[in-house]
Amino acid sequence: MAENVGIGASVLRKEDFRFLTGRGTYVDDINRPGQLYAHILRSPHPHANLKKIDTARAKQAPGVIAVYTRHDVNEDKLGGMPCGWGVKFKDDTPMKEPAHPMLATEKVRHVGDPIALVIAETRAQAKDAAEQIAVDYEILKPVPTINDAIKPGAAALHTEAPDNVCYDWHIGDKSAVDSAFGRAHKVAKLDLVNNRLVPNAMEPRAAIGDFDSANGDYTLYTTSQNPHVIRLLMGAFVLHIPESKLRVVAPDVGGGFGSKIFHYAEEALVTWAAGKVKRPVKWTADRSESFISDAHGRDHVTHAEMAMDKDGKFLALRVQTLANMGAYLSSFAPAVPTYLYATLLAGCYATPAVYAEVKAVFTNTVPVDAYRGAGRPEASFLLERLVDVAAKEMGMDRVDIRRRNFIPNSAFPYQTPVAVQYDSGDYFGTLDMALKASNWSSFRDRQQEAKKRGKLRGIGISTYIEACGVAPSNVAGALGARAGLYEVANVRVNPTGSVTIFTGTHSHGQGHETTFAQLVADRLGIAMDQIEISHGDTGKIPFGMGTYGSRSLAVGGSAIVKAMDKIVNKGKKIAAHLLEAAEADIEFKDGKFSVAGTDKSKTFGEIALTAYVPHNYPLDVLEPGLDETAFYDPKNFTFPAGCHICEVEIDPDTGNTTIITFTAVDDVGRVINPMIVEGQVQGGVAQGIGQALLESCIYDGNGQLLSGSMSDYTMPRADNLPNVDVSTHVTLCTHNPLGVKGCGEVGSIGSPPAIIGAIVDALSEYGVKHIEMPATPQRVWQTIQAAKGKKAA
Amino acid sequence: MYDFTYARVSSVADAAKQLKGDDDAKAVAGGMTLIPTLKLRLAKPSALVDLGGVKDLAGIKVDGKTVTIGAMTTHGAVAASAEVKKAIPALAHLAAHIGDPAVRNRGTIGGSVANNDPAADYPAGVLALGATIVTNERQIAADDFFKGMFETALKPGELITAISFPVPEKAAYMKFPNPASRYAMVGVFVAKTAGGVRVAVTGAAPSVFRQKDMEAALTKKWAPDAIEGIKQKQDGLNSDIHASAEYRAHLVGVMAKRAVQAAG
Repeated sequence: MAENVGIGASVLRKEDFRFLTGRGTYVDDINRPGQLYAHILRSPHPHANLKKIDTARAKQAPGVIAVYTRHDVNEDKLGGMPCGWGVKFKDDTPMKEPAHPMLATEKVRHVGDPIALVIAETRAQAKDAAEQIAVDYEILKPVPTINDAIKPGAAALHTEAPDNVCYDWHIGDKSAVDSAFGRAHKVAKLDLVNNRLVPNAMEPRAAIGDFDSANGDYTLYTTSQNPHVIRLLMGAFVLHIPESKLRVVAPDVGGGFGSKIFHYAEEALVTWAAGKVKRPVKWTADRSESFISDAHGRDHVTHAEMAMDKDGKFLALRVQTLANMGAYLSSFAPAVPTYLYATLLAGCYATPAVYAEVKAVFTNTVPVDAYRGAGRPEASFLLERLVDVAAKEMGMDRVDIRRRNFIPNSAFPYQTPVAVQYDSGDYFGTLDMALKASNWSSFRDRQQEAKKRGKLRGIGISTYIEACGVAPSNVAGALGARAGLYEVANVRVNPTGSVTIFTGTHSHGQGHETTFAQLVADRLGIAMDQIEISHGDTGKIPFGMGTYGSRSLAVGGSAIVKAMDKIVNKGKKIAAHLLEAAEADIEFKDGKFSVAGTDKSKTFGEIALTAYVPHNYPLDVLEPGLDETAFYDPKNFTFPAGCHICEVEIDPDTGNTTIITFTAVDDVGRVINPMIVEGQVQGGVAQGIGQALLESCIYDGNGQLLSGSMSDYTMPRADNLPNVDVSTHVTLCTHNPLGVKGCGEVGSIGSPPAIIGAIVDALSEYGVKHIEMPATPQRVWQTIQAAKGKKAA
Repeated sequence: MYDFTYARVSSVADAAKQLKGDDDAKAVAGGMTLIPTLKLRLAKPSALVDLGGVKDLAGIKVDGKTVTIGAMTTHGAVAASAEVKKAIPALAHLAAHIGDPAVRNRGTIGGSVANNDPAADYPAGVLALGATIVTNERQIAADDFFKGMFETALKPGELITAISFPVPEKAAYMKFPNPASRYAMVGVFVAKTAGGVRVAVTGAAPSVFRQKDMEAALTKKWAPDAIEGIKQKQDGLNSDIHASAEYRAHLVGVMAKRAVQAAG
């Protein structure tokens, strides 16, 4: 290879030219001939019976083409929004899975619940007409929080779940845990909340339905992380359109963070409506609408206890979590607080017994589903905070207690007591690197210096683990997944030797067009400008499950490798023919097929041309062409892990926290593009800082969203963020061909406990044991006041 | 937004005439509050009377002991003005910390003061400096101008043309921004002026107000510790998801002390 663009090179992102020059094509940039605009009338009430819906005046309003309600959905016999993962109660009975209609039927269950679809010539006309719809609501008592939902006698959202419980699930060996607690030297206890978040991707969701009346084909352009999943769910369960008649395109997408995984009603509504009005229909959310219609994240209330022996060794962990599902089950919601959360509760520690109970409840709020990290940030926050409390309980150093309980390097593969098996890791290595990079040992000097300036300085640490690339499909299926979790790649070598990769993953900020191209450049020895990565169109890509859970490289990249292996194998056969040698003697290296031990060779381009112009070709034994597809089903999850250390200063007069330094040392397996990994970690840490210090989705007692705009929902901004010092420490994944683990979520998983740990450390002189997220200036100030009050009392 | 008619006027008189003739018409200066309000369909004016084309409404004049700022002068222009920085650096500092660069390059002093948002910065400066609001009809002392939440002494069709600020001996503005909106959650402007010490608080209550206890203490002794023990009363202060009345009351004390410190 002439240029260093292969694995390990910080190649500049190919896609950035179009992004940085404003030439990306996002859904809202697409306009189809004759396009109409949709506006959705949404419920202003959190909980109400829907009596009469009168659309007569709206239908007469200027520019209006159609107004659809529950009546039309019923008439066309459409399905409801499906849920892609079933979880069971402790007694093995299935979870309560109430209907989730596209347009509300007998009830509305959250502010923002769709009631009617208005289609007009312009967006303004559609909005005007929506104001003409008269809806007769019978207001019901709202159930806005987890605690409201589980109160005896609470109003029920769904008749299927009279106690508002979706499932009451558990994992682990309860009797082993109980017996370990019985012989514990000490027990650390902690109650904590994992705050509800609004994802807020930069690009709001949008969807265009298009119908070709000549041949009955539907096309949906949508802001999705996984267009094939949308095609499957929407086609099969909602609109009953065969895949062969439905194309889903997810072009450039401006961030997802999980919130664009799910199948949303708006996608089905515009597709259905386009078929009815025989014109394209576009819907684009405005920011206010995003707040009340995009799935939210997190929202747990947890009690946790750790039993320890006299040396501070963890004997057992007991966890009880209440998880908010919102008003309906979003596509993958049930899996988040169970299989993506409780299975990670062993963390990096050799705790022999873990038992977790998770009760999921319905509330009159926007549905909650996966958001960057999805379950794993909740697990790491709980566990790492509890380990800090355990250290305090034992009178031990926070680092010592971690070291004492780490899974030793010699123990891999390590079977945890909560189902998963870690393949590799070096928790001591990432810890040591982070301690050094953060100057941990000299912290107390910096704390003293800050004190002279009237500032409270604290340092916090988290040694987290996560799991990426949910797998394998058959195991996930046994656990309730209703889809496969493999990935697909089609490697198309074009006649002159350029390569187009069709991947079932989807890039919406991750830089796949560059990272995947590096895999190809590395393996096939061709230049970056000869490689194109194509994604996001079910009309082009064979199949795929999309991008979420940091799976794209570990699963999607592995599929590409597998397909490239097929290309090389076929290339060897062609080369053997051309070079009149045995296939076994052909070697492929640096873009050349050569006969071992000779100077006879053919370039990759020559082989490609031969495959497509097969004049001198073994047609009797080999098909022409050079185009291979592979499906890759992973053998296991991957398990990135690492150590994050945060140093903060608090202004005790105002309660304001400033992050002074942030050190991240992550083991994400083999690193393909260090620059992209650094960016992914920094972005994740920014979101972790958002959760820890700033972001809080708040519903009031009446079920109204108080933090419903950027004026009240605090997104992290540049001046909230420190320089994040990122480094990596590699142990290879043992079961995928690249040895990669995934880097998209480590930042948001590892950082919150380190930040909160730093604040608690800074406030330790007041005897503060824990502070909830977000640690806003007001909350920190109030915590200090309360602690001072206690001291005085 | 809802449909409205739009008129770009060339004189204050013309604007006043159009506004007086139509109760549902609204004047727009920089539009930094009005345009988002329209986009959210929270206002439905019949007409927008755009002051952007009126000559001579923008500009800064320093005349002896007075700084006069035209109503259509942007925050950015005030922040960047060498004359304001020299005469009343606290005012330039205040302007430099309103919103973000986009807001500062569009938003105007007249628009901000006429709107009297409870969390806006300018009202604190106007009130603490004892400025005079000049309209197309009269001159109004700052003490008589701010009437309540989004309420001022302006009558229908009355437009601010300029605001004149007497140059103080010392002054400073300190704000604790709302973490989300970055508006003032509490902002305190302190000024030692020819007319006495004045302390104005914004963000904390439904409208900007003077903190008379602190004024009295600082009159006796101009130093941060002079107001150490003065407790801002919580009654009547704003309370929301970002800050309780108690926290706001506390911040009034902290910001006031820091402002006195900064004023020197």
